[in-house]
Amino acid sequence: MKLFKRHNNVLPGFGITLGFTIFYLSVIVLIPLSALVFRTMGLTWGEFISTVTAPRVMASYKVTFGAALIAALINAVFGVLVAWVLVRYKFPGRKIVDALVDLPFALPTAVAGITLATIYSSNGWVGRYLEPLGIKIAFTPLGITLAMTFIGLPFVVRTVQPVIEEIEVELEEAAVCLGANRWQTLTRVIFPMLFPSILTGFALSFARGVGEYGSIIFIAGNMPMVSEITPLLIITKLEQFDYRGATAIACVMLLISFLMLLVVNLLQKWSRRYAD
Amino acid sequence: MSAHVSTITTSVKSKDRAQNEPAVVRWLLIAVALIFLALFLALPLAAVFSQAFEKGLSVYLDALREADTMSSIKLTLITAAFCVPLNLFFGVTAAWAIAKFTFPGKNLLITLIDLPFSVSPVISGLIYVLIFGLQGWIGPWLQDHDIKIVFAVPGIILATIFVTFPFVARELIPLMEAQGREEEEAALVLGATGLQTFLRVTLPNVKWGIIYGVILCNARAMGEFGAVSVVSGHIRGMTNTVPLHVEILYNEYNYTAAFAVASLLAFLALITLVVKTIAEWKVRQQLENH
Repeated sequence: MKLFKRHNNVLPGFGITLGFTIFYLSVIVLIPLSALVFRTMGLTWGEFISTVTAPRVMASYKVTFGAALIAALINAVFGVLVAWVLVRYKFPGRKIVDALVDLPFALPTAVAGITLATIYSSNGWVGRYLEPLGIKIAFTPLGITLAMTFIGLPFVVRTVQPVIEEIEVELEEAAVCLGANRWQTLTRVIFPMLFPSILTGFALSFARGVGEYGSIIFIAGNMPMVSEITPLLIITKLEQFDYRGATAIACVMLLISFLMLLVVNLLQKWSRRYAD
Repeated sequence: MSAHVSTITTSVKSKDRAQNEPAVVRWLLIAVALIFLALFLALPLAAVFSQAFEKGLSVYLDALREADTMSSIKLTLITAAFCVPLNLFFGVTAAWAIAKFTFPGKNLLITLIDLPFSVSPVISGLIYVLIFGLQGWIGPWLQDHDIKIVFAVPGIILATIFVTFPFVARELIPLMEAQGREEEEAALVLGATGLQTFLRVTLPNVKWGIIYGVILCNARAMGEFGAVSVVSGHIRGMTNTVPLHVEILYNEYNYTAAFAVASLLAFLALITLVVKTIAEWKVRQQLENH
């Protein structure tokens, strides 16, 4: 027990709480997740590669990652704008708007899915005005991007917002004193300070979009090779009792989400490099 | 006095100049942000309720009174009744160990606790099928003993526990870390037992943090779709939660009923946002007083 030196800590319950934490974490998260990895290892390398690089699977990666990338970019731009407006400007209803930003976290994905599909279908509230312009959103890859933008929206706002709140007035005053105009202050002083948090929010939004299922399937159209996302393909394989295929593709997705998690952690470390 | 006032006005003016964009730019930015949010957030929210009540109140109420809807509501409540207390207990326990003590591997542990958030919901369901399904690790044994886990209620509860796993813990860990150990140490020195210290000192301090975590955990537990969809088996009236029932109604082109049931979930989301905003405000206040 030398490893767990208690540093003169008199508080009780360390052993039992840490023990329970690790036990519960293992039973609910670690062992089930490792099942996925072990089941994939039951496949030969050749089987694995041919499964995860089959044309239909490759097409689904392209749709999923492409749409998630565009959605995360849209969120990066508008998320920063929303965060800036919420922190810096006063306008009526600001508190309500601020609370509403978290709606995509609180609204069940299936509800978001059927609602977006209804609004953007050809006779929906928005779709009917886009149809004559030749823009079709529902049942196309564009709909996938739209749904991913919706569910990823709070991530950029919520990571950038606290950083804007903490910017010290003195920095902006110093910039003005040194002769910078407002545009220069914004682009050369404030933007570099926000950049790590924007990247973090972008990565979080992207990761959420890649894994998302519920809000997308209703609006996507789900045509193989065209508008079929990877999570749906996993479910399709499961329903056809193709457990090996489903497992292999899921393993690739899991690997990518771990990679994203690592990137986010590194980004957060980088953004705090001046803090300590 | 007048000199004092004039310094204040100059400083306000210079602050204005240093920190503010011209009024035109300001209002333009506000307008763009609000239009974006209206299009992406307010419009869908309004659409749920508008579609739900499209054919009048009686159709709306009939859709909710239907037997399959009632049983899906019951199952969703049962699921949340298992998940929320379990993850609450875990969250408090984990936060105590992580926030009040130093030990090697702490950051790794925090990352692992957050893991379920970065896993696709579909995978969250799949892993339980791989363990408990007929082709799974202990599936054949379970079948011999006539125990059903996947495509039955226990699987739905397990998958929901997985996706809501981090909520309470990730809220409480930073909060308890920020509050330090001094108050607990003082209580112990004054002769309180460990349990008394926890109940009378720690718990009141993190009350609003717990409420925050619980309300988000509950919202996700009642609203989870992807993970539950994989393990449910979609048996009407048996293994259908409210979100799954919404999907079935929608796919049967029964739009009014689908949106009526969906409006219950949207209403829950609104309550969640209100409670969350209050809890956030209280936590901030408590940290500032600390």
